Amino acid sequence: MKLSYLKALNRALGDELAVDPSVFLLGEDIRAAASNVTAGLYERFGSDRVLDTPLSEQAFTNFATGAALAGLRPVIEFQIPSLLFLVFEQIVNQAHKFSLMTGGQCKVPVTYVVPGSGSRTGWAGQHSDHPYSLFAHVGVKTVVPATPSDAYGLLVSAIRDDDPVVVFAPSGALGVRDDVDFSTLAPVPLGVGRIARAGTDVTVVALGHLVHDALAAADELSSLGISIEVFDPRTVYPLDVDGLAESVAKTRRLVVIDDSNRTSGFAAEVLAVAAERFDLDAPPRRVTRPDGAVLPFALALDRAVQPGRDQLVTAIHAVLEER
Amino acid sequence: MTSQDLYRTVRLIRRFEERAIDFVRSGEIDGGIHPYIGQEAIAAGVCAALGPSDVITSTHRGHGHVLARGVNPARLFAELMGRESGLNKGRGGSMHAADFSLGILGANAIVGAAGSIATGAAWAARRQGRDTVAATFFGDGAMNEGMLLEAFNLAALWQVPVIFVCENNGYATTMPVESAVAGSVTARAQAFGIPGFTIDGQDPEKVLAATKSAVGRARSGKGPTFLECTTYRFDAHHTFEHRARLTYRTTEEVSAGRSRDPVEIQGARLTAVDRADVDAEVEALLDAAAGIALGSAHPDPAAALAYLYASPEVMR
Ligand SMILES: Cc1ncc(C[n+]2csc(CCOP(=O)(O)OP(=O)(O)O)c2C)c(N)n1
Ligand SMILES: [Mg+2]
Repeated sequence: MKLSYLKALNRALGDELAVDPSVFLLGEDIRAAASNVTAGLYERFGSDRVLDTPLSEQAFTNFATGAALAGLRPVIEFQIPSLLFLVFEQIVNQAHKFSLMTGGQCKVPVTYVVPGSGSRTGWAGQHSDHPYSLFAHVGVKTVVPATPSDAYGLLVSAIRDDDPVVVFAPSGALGVRDDVDFSTLAPVPLGVGRIARAGTDVTVVALGHLVHDALAAADELSSLGISIEVFDPRTVYPLDVDGLAESVAKTRRLVVIDDSNRTSGFAAEVLAVAAERFDLDAPPRRVTRPDGAVLPFALALDRAVQPGRDQLVTAIHAVLEER
Repeated sequence: MTSQDLYRTVRLIRRFEERAIDFVRSGEIDGGIHPYIGQEAIAAGVCAALGPSDVITSTHRGHGHVLARGVNPARLFAELMGRESGLNKGRGGSMHAADFSLGILGANAIVGAAGSIATGAAWAARRQGRDTVAATFFGDGAMNEGMLLEAFNLAALWQVPVIFVCENNGYATTMPVESAVAGSVTARAQAFGIPGFTIDGQDPEKVLAATKSAVGRARSGKGPTFLECTTYRFDAHHTFEHRARLTYRTTEEVSAGRSRDPVEIQGARLTAVDRADVDAEVEALLDAAAGIALGSAHPDPAAALAYLYASPEVMR
């Protein structure tokens, strides 16, 4: 059966609401399911489990922390990725810090879901951010699923996890559909990557929608006799360093494609890990958004700022040429 | 709750804070504290009105709240001293004291943050069929934090059993409330449809009475209440001020403020003999508590990031 990424998120929420009475959803326009992620859930589970909030991100994000402290498992849907900047305080300074600051007296099992992260083409500067590297930097568990099965499995694991977890569902991946046997849908453990395509010459690390660009580039390059391994960490933090090490041990060449700004982004971290731990035959490369990028509105400008397939192919050729 | 019980609480807080200031001076407490001296009646009165299944959130000036809620003073001293036997195993310190076994969901050092956490906790407890009421303390400074005003709205909309306790001590650090809050404090709560009252925050009995009716409203499903407790901070904003010599309050103002002392107001309701008995009891308790704290172990630096995650992660 065909399963779309969006439907997979919806299914994960529905399944978790059904099996665990402590799970509830809150967010803006989620009863009407403006983003489609919560479609049908209000009708199925009612007003206590699917809470429409006023536009009060800061209060309702802390509200979720309070509800978690009192024994529930809240899932917040954020309408816009850039809203995470409004609630950085509530996620990083509150939810994330409670366990340590209280000496382990409490848990904060809140899930933050961002359907439509990254560029949505045509939504410009304040709707097109992709701040997963920021959450990794502060140590909040962060996942960026690429496929419908992973969207299902990682969201389920995020909800069941006893710590705060941010789930980025890139807008560029929401339309992805896969042939899935629904009976095989299962939780995907946090912190475990997967080989999206096996290869021997270069390891390409990609997350979310960029996994699909990496796979397309790999297809293209296979006709030139170049064998690309695509490693999808799935979880940005904690990073599956061992899985990555295994792949790089085989290929000894590394390119990272990352929809973050360049400085201190996810790709920078992967390259730092490579410098510390991996034995490479060529200096690694990264393809990212430029430093300090604000996504401009006009389509061509928006595209120009995002990491793309052409840049990836160029970077792959570069690591193959260098020694 | 007798007059004597309320007196014991305000006296305990006062003497705890005076000893804590001494420990700051002697170097046993790093980083200093925000003394609660002068405001004891509010913690005492509010917590006396709460039941065992209720919850509170506290502030950077939070020792009084958690003592009134019944924490073991030895474990609070130990926390301030960063010891393993502290309430938070030395991981929280003065501004983060928490004891979940007593419904203390933590003191919060971000001004205005805890109101929305308490609102969520009270809503969630009710949704799970519990009779819990939350009391959330904050200062006049927090009245200008949007996050708290958003919480008023959520609490009123959803009839959450939460009591907003504003300790209006006239200042946010050096900023006078008159220069910071346009309109009136209670009118802000009232604008959301939350009943708001101004009460004498120096008198524990008055605070207790007002909180009792707020608890009654909350338990009977009538939603939040806002209590503005007017008070005065007798000591420094923070112990750093003991060295900094800031000049935002005149000596006349400070002595006028100190003339309404909650310990004296409540003490006057006891016989001299009873009062002396309570004082001796409190001193003995604090002597023992300080001794235990001073004698307890420091945490192991190898465990500096213990408890960061509920499920232990591999950290690099
Ligand atoms: C959001 C935020 N802004 C600033 C500070 C620094 N700060 C700590 S306490 C304080 C004053 C708070 O005043 P008030 O809320 O009236 O409480 P009081 O100190 O008088 O008890 C300030 C500015 C902070 N901790 N959090
Ligand atoms: Mg104040």
